[in-house]
Amino acid sequence: MTSLDIIGFGSVLGAGLAIGFGAIGAAIGEGMAAAAALRSMAQQPDQTSTFTRTMFVSMAMIESTSIYAFVIAMILIFANPIWNHAVKASGG
Amino acid sequence: MKYSPDQYVYLEWGWGEINATLIFTWLIMALLVGGSWLISRRLSSTTDISSWQNFLEVIVKGINDHIEEVTHRDPRPFLPLIGTFFLFILVSNILSILPFFQPPTGSLSTTAAYALVVFVAVPVYGLRSQSLASYLKQYIRPTPFMLPFNILGDVTRTFALAVRLYGNVMSSTVIILVLMVIVPLVIPVIMQLLGLLTGVIQAYIFALLAAVYIATAMKKTEDETNNSIQGGSS
Repeated sequence: MTSLDIIGFGSVLGAGLAIGFGAIGAAIGEGMAAAAALRSMAQQPDQTSTFTRTMFVSMAMIESTSIYAFVIAMILIFANPIWNHAVKASGG
Repeated sequence: MKYSPDQYVYLEWGWGEINATLIFTWLIMALLVGGSWLISRRLSSTTDISSWQNFLEVIVKGINDHIEEVTHRDPRPFLPLIGTFFLFILVSNILSILPFFQPPTGSLSTTAAYALVVFVAVPVYGLRSQSLASYLKQYIRPTPFMLPFNILGDVTRTFALAVRLYGNVMSSTVIILVLMVIVPLVIPVIMQLLGLLTGVIQAYIFALLAAVYIATAMKKTEDETNNSIQGGSS
């Protein structure tokens, strides 16, 4: 394999690993947040609007980590600076 | 593959260019400003009001109530900034179901600009409500040891605010683009529905987080000084 091949292989593999592992934590966290919110709603149905609002905000916070992973994956695939540099260096 | 509205360049000269982000931002601005100007030309304070005025009143009242619930403060100083964020992002995300419409919130330059506005608004609102000394004292709370982390938190939450909105809107665009290649018949419509849902939630969350960040920098209200458990940093 040429170095260009290795860089391309590594970028695609890294993008897949980034979004795959990045999604795990956020998915577990969001599940726990939703479970806790549902339990609270069942115990105190009067406060449902407060719980829903807080749950949405905390979910957005939890989700942001996997969004970062997604952005990293997108950068690796579509705007990879190392790939661009390697292509330029090999005169392609 | 074009996944960002920055990549649709319509006009270019020298160092500047007019791309889809700018065009659609102006379109939404014209829509919001023109629409509210048309409606608010004939306002009436009697019980006999037009249905459009009723519509606007519901929106403004709703935003006001939400800000008051979240910040436990008089919502009037917040309304211009928070309400504009909410309405602009909401309209931009909802209009993204139209064909040929590129949501400007799917560009990192737009969301970074909004996050920077929040970043500047926090000390502006904070210094308007309390003195410089008590504002700066927030950074050494609970202990001076936390100073670097509080400063770091200010920067990272601005970054998170920008990337969260951008990532959500851009991801729904990219997922639809990918699905159009694999299963172009019905499935992209379902993902667009999901994109509408996340778009509305993200508009709400952006406005709410901006309100929370600004409120934490302001002077503590009676309510908060009594039970000092409320940390407020997020």
